[in-house]
Amino acid sequence: MSILFSNRSQGASRVKIGLVQSIVMVFVSHVRQALSSLGELWRQPAASLMTIGVLGLSITLPSTLYIMVKNTEKITAGWDQASEISLFLKPSISATQSQQLVARLNTWSEIDSVVYIPADDALKEFQHLSGLGDAIAYLESNPLPDVVLVTPTEKHGGPTSAKALLAKLKQQREVDVGKLDIEWLERLYALVNIAGDMVTLIGLLLFIAVVLIIGNTIRLNILNKHDEIVVMKLVGATDAFIHRPFLYTGFWYGLLGGLLAWFCVIIILWWMDASIATFAAMYQKEFNITGLTGAALLTMLGLSIALGLLGSLISVQRHVRQIEPR
Amino acid sequence: MIKFEQVSKTYPGGQRALSKVNFHIAPGEMAFLTGHSGAGKSTLLKLISIMERPTVGRVLINGHDLNAITRRDIAYIRRDIGMIFQSHQLLMDKTVFDNIALPLVIEGYTHKEIGKRVDAALDMVDLRDKSRCLPIMLSGGEQQRVGIARAVVNKPPLLLADEPTGNLDPKLSMEIIRLFEDFNQAGVSVFIATHDLGLIARMKYRTLTLKNGQMITDGLNDNIDEGWQS
Repeated sequence: MSILFSNRSQGASRVKIGLVQSIVMVFVSHVRQALSSLGELWRQPAASLMTIGVLGLSITLPSTLYIMVKNTEKITAGWDQASEISLFLKPSISATQSQQLVARLNTWSEIDSVVYIPADDALKEFQHLSGLGDAIAYLESNPLPDVVLVTPTEKHGGPTSAKALLAKLKQQREVDVGKLDIEWLERLYALVNIAGDMVTLIGLLLFIAVVLIIGNTIRLNILNKHDEIVVMKLVGATDAFIHRPFLYTGFWYGLLGGLLAWFCVIIILWWMDASIATFAAMYQKEFNITGLTGAALLTMLGLSIALGLLGSLISVQRHVRQIEPR
Repeated sequence: MIKFEQVSKTYPGGQRALSKVNFHIAPGEMAFLTGHSGAGKSTLLKLISIMERPTVGRVLINGHDLNAITRRDIAYIRRDIGMIFQSHQLLMDKTVFDNIALPLVIEGYTHKEIGKRVDAALDMVDLRDKSRCLPIMLSGGEQQRVGIARAVVNKPPLLLADEPTGNLDPKLSMEIIRLFEDFNQAGVSVFIATHDLGLIARMKYRTLTLKNGQMITDGLNDNIDEGWQS
């Protein structure tokens, strides 16, 4: 493209570059610049590793926290469905009446299952578990009420709907007391929510830091190449052409930082796996921590590359423009 | 080819570098620009390569008003102008070959075409055997020739040279000027700024003389009264 000389008829002629060839050459030039940027990182391993390290670790922290929150959500999701409502029946209710109540409750659409525990069974179980043993045998009468355990369906298992169901159950004439131990669950949910917000916040702050760090690194690169940029501008390089190597540098920082973060996350999870297993064993639960899924890994790498590119983009926009031949 | 119409340039701070300069260099012409240091030679060349913009007046190349060229298009303008500097402006960490290839790489030539053209340019400046050297290993005259090869490698219709013989002895200077003559023979317009009057005196070329930012003579070097030296 020549603005001044439409076909460059004056002076010596030049070979015209065809459309296909120029597209191919743009591609070739991109690959060349990408590789040369990578080569430059390779030639200054210490400086590159430090920048990549900062980026990688900055991404490791929110990624690990994200995995923790995801796993906590997974566990509590299991607990949520187990939320049971205990109904203590009035002492005056006979066994037949209790059976009728159970039969009635079984027809409710909100209820998944109903278990009837007669007072005698409850006493036996208590005797067995409490270790009081014979002491209980001295009791004149059974102090325990009949109990009906109601498990809501999945749809009605959430804190709010379970509460509504409890209110409805309490109105049954056979029911003395109804109990849904949900407050601790609500607190847990609130905590998990706060943790989720914290992850977002920490992630956001670290991402901003990463953009600033990359931006500053690229700024130093640009200043180091001041003379080269002047010469390139003198012989007719467009801003885009001059920007490209720096953008590729940002891209490589992002990609390598992302891979480092992935590696760190794997190490951390492997390290924590044992302690989590011990913790889960205390609750007689089999629990395997879920690592990064494929989609999450791609998101992490994409995010890392985007941050690297963003940092370098901000830097080149600001600083390459300031360098002009004088 | 190059036309100045009532061009004045005042730098920020009030320093007046050029005032009301008029001249026209025809296509295929070779001309010299001379004058004291600080007479405005460099400023005049910078206006042609859009390193500076005129405060008043118009600079035209091939009939195109440079005032109408936006910042984005400056790069494309410079591809049409081969520029040679006293300080060479070479990349010291790149080989002679890579230095000369730079304009072609920027324009997206193929690897093969680049090799062909750089070799041709090296031939012209007689540096074939130095292609793999770093500029630092070359003498001043050789470095200047690398700069010239880079300026002509994409065959621009216009060559600008700012003190191309500044640090060279008379014999080397003459060789450089002979090179410019060769390009001029091939149809390239050549415009050379120099304060080396002895060099100009040996040739019959149109010479423009600047004094304190004003064009005081314009003609063949026979007619120069050398008034600017007093």
